[in-house]
Amino acid sequence: MTERSFPVPSQLEPVAGAEGWESMYPYFSRFQPEDDERFWFYNSMHFPEVIPAFDGLTSEIPYTAIGANTARLFSFPTTMGIEYRILNGRVYITANPVLDEAEQGRRFADFQERAGHYYGNWDRIYGEWQQRIEALIADIEAVEVPELGDLDPLEVVTGGRGFASNHFLRERFHRCIDLYSKMWHHHTELLMLGYGAYVVFFEFCKQAFPEMGDQMVARMVAGMDVTMYRPDDELKKLAALAVELDLGDLFVEGADPAKVLAALAERGDAGARWLAALEAAKDPWFNVSVGDGFYHHHLSWADDLTVPFAALPRYVEQIAAGQDLTRPTERLAEERDRIAGDYRALLDAEEEKAAFDQMLGLCRQVFPYIESHKFYCEHWFTTRFFQKIRAFGALLAERGVLLEADDVFHLRHLEVEDALVDVSLAWASGGTELGARHWQPIVAERKRIVEALSGWSAPPALGAVPEALNDPAVKMLWGITQDTIETWLGGDDDDESTVRGYAASPGVVEGVARVLLNVNDIGQIREGEVLVCPVTAPSWGPVFGKIAAAVSDIGGTMSHAAIVAREYGMPAVVGTGMATARIRTGDRVRVDGDRGVVTVLS
Amino acid sequence: MATQSVLHFRDVGLGDVATVGGKGASLGELLRAGIRVPTGFAVTTAAFRQTIEHLTVAGRTIPERVAALDPADAEGLAAGTAEIRAVLEAAPPPDEVAAGVTAAYAALCEECGDPELPVAVRSSATSEDSAEDSFAGLQDTYLWVHGADSVLEHVRHCWASLYSVESVTYRLRRGIPETDLGMAVVVQRMVGARSSGVMFTRSPRTGDKSVIAIDASWGLGSAVVSGDVTPDAFVVSKVTGEIKRTVATKTRWHRPDPSGAGVVETDVPAELQDVPSISDEEIAELAATARTVEAHYGCPQDIEWAVDDAGEVFLLQSRPETVWAEKDRIRKAAPTARPFDHVFNLLGGKRPTEG
Repeated sequence: MTERSFPVPSQLEPVAGAEGWESMYPYFSRFQPEDDERFWFYNSMHFPEVIPAFDGLTSEIPYTAIGANTARLFSFPTTMGIEYRILNGRVYITANPVLDEAEQGRRFADFQERAGHYYGNWDRIYGEWQQRIEALIADIEAVEVPELGDLDPLEVVTGGRGFASNHFLRERFHRCIDLYSKMWHHHTELLMLGYGAYVVFFEFCKQAFPEMGDQMVARMVAGMDVTMYRPDDELKKLAALAVELDLGDLFVEGADPAKVLAALAERGDAGARWLAALEAAKDPWFNVSVGDGFYHHHLSWADDLTVPFAALPRYVEQIAAGQDLTRPTERLAEERDRIAGDYRALLDAEEEKAAFDQMLGLCRQVFPYIESHKFYCEHWFTTRFFQKIRAFGALLAERGVLLEADDVFHLRHLEVEDALVDVSLAWASGGTELGARHWQPIVAERKRIVEALSGWSAPPALGAVPEALNDPAVKMLWGITQDTIETWLGGDDDDESTVRGYAASPGVVEGVARVLLNVNDIGQIREGEVLVCPVTAPSWGPVFGKIAAAVSDIGGTMSHAAIVAREYGMPAVVGTGMATARIRTGDRVRVDGDRGVVTVLS
Repeated sequence: MATQSVLHFRDVGLGDVATVGGKGASLGELLRAGIRVPTGFAVTTAAFRQTIEHLTVAGRTIPERVAALDPADAEGLAAGTAEIRAVLEAAPPPDEVAAGVTAAYAALCEECGDPELPVAVRSSATSEDSAEDSFAGLQDTYLWVHGADSVLEHVRHCWASLYSVESVTYRLRRGIPETDLGMAVVVQRMVGARSSGVMFTRSPRTGDKSVIAIDASWGLGSAVVSGDVTPDAFVVSKVTGEIKRTVATKTRWHRPDPSGAGVVETDVPAELQDVPSISDEEIAELAATARTVEAHYGCPQDIEWAVDDAGEVFLLQSRPETVWAEKDRIRKAAPTARPFDHVFNLLGGKRPTEG
């Protein structure tokens, strides 16, 4: 038998034109020779694109938090944290299992005490969590980029502050990074415990009802009042208002948002009322990124109205035709309870029913957090965070260090700090910033590297085939199981026209594929098409109203594509690993959400 | 205890296994549950006993003749049982029994409006033990039988099957007394099945009770039961009604012989081979019927069914599913002191056992 392995990191061919890409990322993110012996998989769910230098922070900081949480705070017995490496601009990760049984036993005692405290006080802790995260969001919103005038304002002197405004350059930039780190710690605070509860119920259901579809478990657990649905609900309200105010004619597919806004401003009171309602909805509900909050260029609806304005024409049309678009939460809740009740009734013994009640109850208790934390963390907070960094970029551009504000995202955060010190010194000395000569060629070079790397087709996995996958998140969030690994190894004999993944949302449809590699192209999607993408984000929700089915390269049954697809009642196959590589825009495809199979028909 | 030679299905239920056998009792019980089954009657165990008592083999009663056989003597056993079967199949039954069967068949013809009504004649054992039935070969089924004389002849074939070498050996080795022997025969209208098959009210593959697994193919169910064809497979969720479909290429079908006797096995026309053999509506109706039967009996069922040319669904037979019943005793979970203890149990890894 030949030893099975994925490509090993040290043996991969360099990407032409991307020489020197390593300088964009910290040394501790590089593959080491001994990493060839370990199993790594491409985290294309969170990092579907090449990571610009600054955005390296969105892997560095989350992995400091999630690992600390499982390994050092809660003492999960069988797993430490997740290690990451960056190769050709893509993030590869691996979980560090605890294999020594005596060590598992020692960790278990602490796990019981610590996790028990959180589970035992869940509702109170989650209530406090919401307050803490909202306070963090208020903190990041309050950060101001210092203004560096000819002279500091008189009050600085008369108020006795005693230090000049250039001091704030570094302090406030640091504050952004520190708050971002804190946000990620809070993000992961309840996450793994929440997944733990879900995995328990999932495993039980799979044992008691082996034929049960993965999505059925999620349907029994689903929350009704989910924050992540709120932005879409706000859009529907705006569409209803447009119809009520007789402004529906302004919302047509493909229209430029700026022109629509200008036209609204010329529609008197009605237009003014609608614009006021838009402003009210924006804060906070338009702070949803078109991505998942891991790239600076995945702008939020508030930054770029393309996505919400791509969804509005259809909503306006539906409401004008008399459709009720409000989520039928009562009916959905009844349906959820009926399904859970029916499965419960199929269990044989009273004690199994009692256990079922406990597990489902625990899931429903933890789920408001699981479903809603993304809005607070990846969307609302992160939108604000990138806006602040962009504001520092604007200062650097204004001071001539960079050509434009967004160039700041081609510097690592420590390099940004250097550039800010340059500004601080020049302002203090009356000299000139030296950064233009230093940074501008680097930015230009890195833009070229990012471009070159974006054509690299990242293997789904690298290194050795693992013996066991011990981390609950790897299965539930990334959807990676022993079966996935077999598929990646090419163990099955499907032909090139078949792609397999998780049956995330039931139903079978045929349609024309639209392959979107870059989330900013989401506006291209047309009514009735099948969306094929590396990963989808919750803010794509409104677009789900017009597509026939969704297919993604990465994601498990609890990924957001799956949740949103079920909500919209459309078939979805997620975690295929290769859909965007095998399917082309314009292909006619059949999506079988019952079996998790996508077939290219022509 | 009933001494009638025949009983209509509508007059029997589960409590009548001793009189009309398992199949007969089950069909009566299905009718009581409001399920559509092809009409018919059972030739009772009383009729069988009366017949046996009325016959002699070489001057001895049949039970005496069996008692004289040695299970270790293969040759003697073969000869002795053949002798008994010949007598049973050749000798006319007592007048009372013959008249009862003839009258019941005539009434059935009347009921169905066909003077030469085709029927299925099947043995209906009184034993509770299906393993014994299959070992003893008590599974005789004769399809597309018509005319009172032919019905009577096939009833005698069923009775004779109790005296096969295998069956007699089984009784002798286990010391089952001949006086306890009972056998009923079911006579049932044939359904001109467009499609038929079997269904389980749980997954035969995984034991999952939340689904109904339906195997279906063109023509008579014997093609599916005998394994002559790979049937279409449908798995229906009891909770949501969702259907998972696997449509097979169905190459063979069993159909009534056009000459009017028996069954012919031929190739399915090419244009039908890859077409689902039942519609979604029929799947839904079968699933609903299966749930009614399961609820009526209070345990998972193994069901034979048919759909006629008019699209009407009939059940031909239902019996308890036994393969998974034993495994159900393994409990999948028990409640814990606190709900989150389930998490500790699952994610706890290896640890020293307490105490």
